Amino acid sequence: MNITDQIIEGKANLEIFCDTLIDLARKDSTIIAVTSDSRGSSRLIPFAEKYPEQIVEVGIAEQNIVGVAAGLASTGKKVFVSSPGCFLSTRSLEQIKNDVAYSDYPVNLVGISSGVSYGALGTTHHSLHDVAALRAIHNITIVVPADNFETRETIKTAAISNKPFYIRFGKKKMPHLHSGSDTFGIGKASTILEGNDVAIIACGETVFPAVEAAKILYNKGISTRVLSMHTIKPLDNISILKAAKECKAIIVVEEHSINGGLGEACATIILEAGLPVPFKRMGIPEEDTVTGSQMEVFNHYGISASGLCNEAEKLLRKV
Amino acid sequence: MKKYSDSELQQKSILYRLALLKYIKMAGAGHTGGDLSCVDILNVLYNDVLNVSPENFHDKNRDRYIQSKGHAVEILYVVLAERGFFPETDLETIGKYKSPYIGHPTRKVNGIEFNTGALGHGLAISSGIALAGKRDRAPYRVFTLIGDGELAEGSNWEAAMLAAHYKLDNLLAILDHNTLQITGRISEVCSPYPIDEKWKAFGWNVITADGHNILWLRKVLNEATNLKDKPTIIIANTIKGKGVSFMENDTRWHHRVPSDDEYKIAVKELETQLI
Repeated sequence: MNITDQIIEGKANLEIFCDTLIDLARKDSTIIAVTSDSRGSSRLIPFAEKYPEQIVEVGIAEQNIVGVAAGLASTGKKVFVSSPGCFLSTRSLEQIKNDVAYSDYPVNLVGISSGVSYGALGTTHHSLHDVAALRAIHNITIVVPADNFETRETIKTAAISNKPFYIRFGKKKMPHLHSGSDTFGIGKASTILEGNDVAIIACGETVFPAVEAAKILYNKGISTRVLSMHTIKPLDNISILKAAKECKAIIVVEEHSINGGLGEACATIILEAGLPVPFKRMGIPEEDTVTGSQMEVFNHYGISASGLCNEAEKLLRKV
Repeated sequence: MKKYSDSELQQKSILYRLALLKYIKMAGAGHTGGDLSCVDILNVLYNDVLNVSPENFHDKNRDRYIQSKGHAVEILYVVLAERGFFPETDLETIGKYKSPYIGHPTRKVNGIEFNTGALGHGLAISSGIALAGKRDRAPYRVFTLIGDGELAEGSNWEAAMLAAHYKLDNLLAILDHNTLQITGRISEVCSPYPIDEKWKAFGWNVITADGHNILWLRKVLNEATNLKDKPTIIIANTIKGKGVSFMENDTRWHHRVPSDDEYKIAVKELETQLI
């Protein structure tokens, strides 16, 4: 997109997830959705009504959902497990590690209402640890799509992949961040905005605040590169190093703990390459997480246009 | 599949036990007691029940065997080798640097369906395979071997509920009920009893059998999947360390490797059981 483009609101990524699964199931009877009393919150009711033979309900049992999904996948089913990210990622971590990743069956784990989407429900329902936990598991691709386009492409790619995926979604409607001619590839960052003063590397629902920040910075004469780093594993090292070489400062922003997430992953790449660029991780710090709506939590921790602008200007003053 | 007589299968069990001890001794590691308790079960499964062979292992309609008590992998290797899935000489590499024949099942070994070993995983996986079979109206059956100490894993009971809910009568669980775990008697560590009533309450058919009686095992393992509308569990009463008198019913043999002298005595004892 261009910095002056009008932002157009899209659907919630979960609705696109359901629409895409319906499209896929139309031609492929091996598509199976598996839910843990979560078809409503996963927005999968239209899928369940259309393809009742292609949905499996396991009840509220996250260990079981992943084990059962691995069994289904081993018979050739294209399985999409959909359950809140907070539970799916770590309640069933051992099943993900052994039954899916180590056994190498292509289960697609869809973590819904992730990050602080359930803001006011508190820490039990926040998933600020899922990316960190799964980054340490060999043989699973981690994708956090930013908008409807990235969501659709991710689901289509995962459906035909023979490898495990963890795909992380929030809840709210997402603006369109891509133009019709954009291409998408797992493991290849999407450049949402070009710029060479500061780079904001973001993922999922933090990409939009990064774009808003870029617009404000543009009016102050600062050009901002915004990368949607939708694939957290395998990471697009080339785009990260390119940004670190071409921009004067780097901010990484994520709806996740600053420990073990995208920020640390980017920092490692840049440090190991010996690039001395001013760098800031933004996300949820190591503390008892504040509660409130997702927007209130975002604003509290500076995951907002103004918060990102402040950090960008602070970093640029160091240059 | 070749049809064996009961006495031929009984002989096979002794040969399996001899091979098992040989390769555990060679590797310097293994779950000796729990391997010996399920020899007869694996023997009957692979030689009389399962529609699985090296030739049809990639056929989507093959029967599936998932070994949830993955630590008893050495006997699985011995049986798979004898059934022709790989050369027996491969077993000389058990536990060696870079060998695929490690201390728990992995798909790197021909004939193995899932990487198991963390307890409480096999039943959920098997339920998923059985559910796919039901939806596809496929003819295959799914068998899983569970340890009795493993019943403490709550994930088993999540899967037990699901299997009954979906009426997975193509699923057969076999409980290796040798009554011992690494710390002591299962009744004393954290009792799972009454085992049969628990499974019945979860909506399963429950059959109790002598887990070393070849005749009985042939009958129940072949006929149990004919029972309709419910999954079935066979509580196979077994003896940890079965076949070697000084290893039987002794928790110390959970994962002990015989000394040179103990090995010689054990081999002699098993050889006297051969006809």
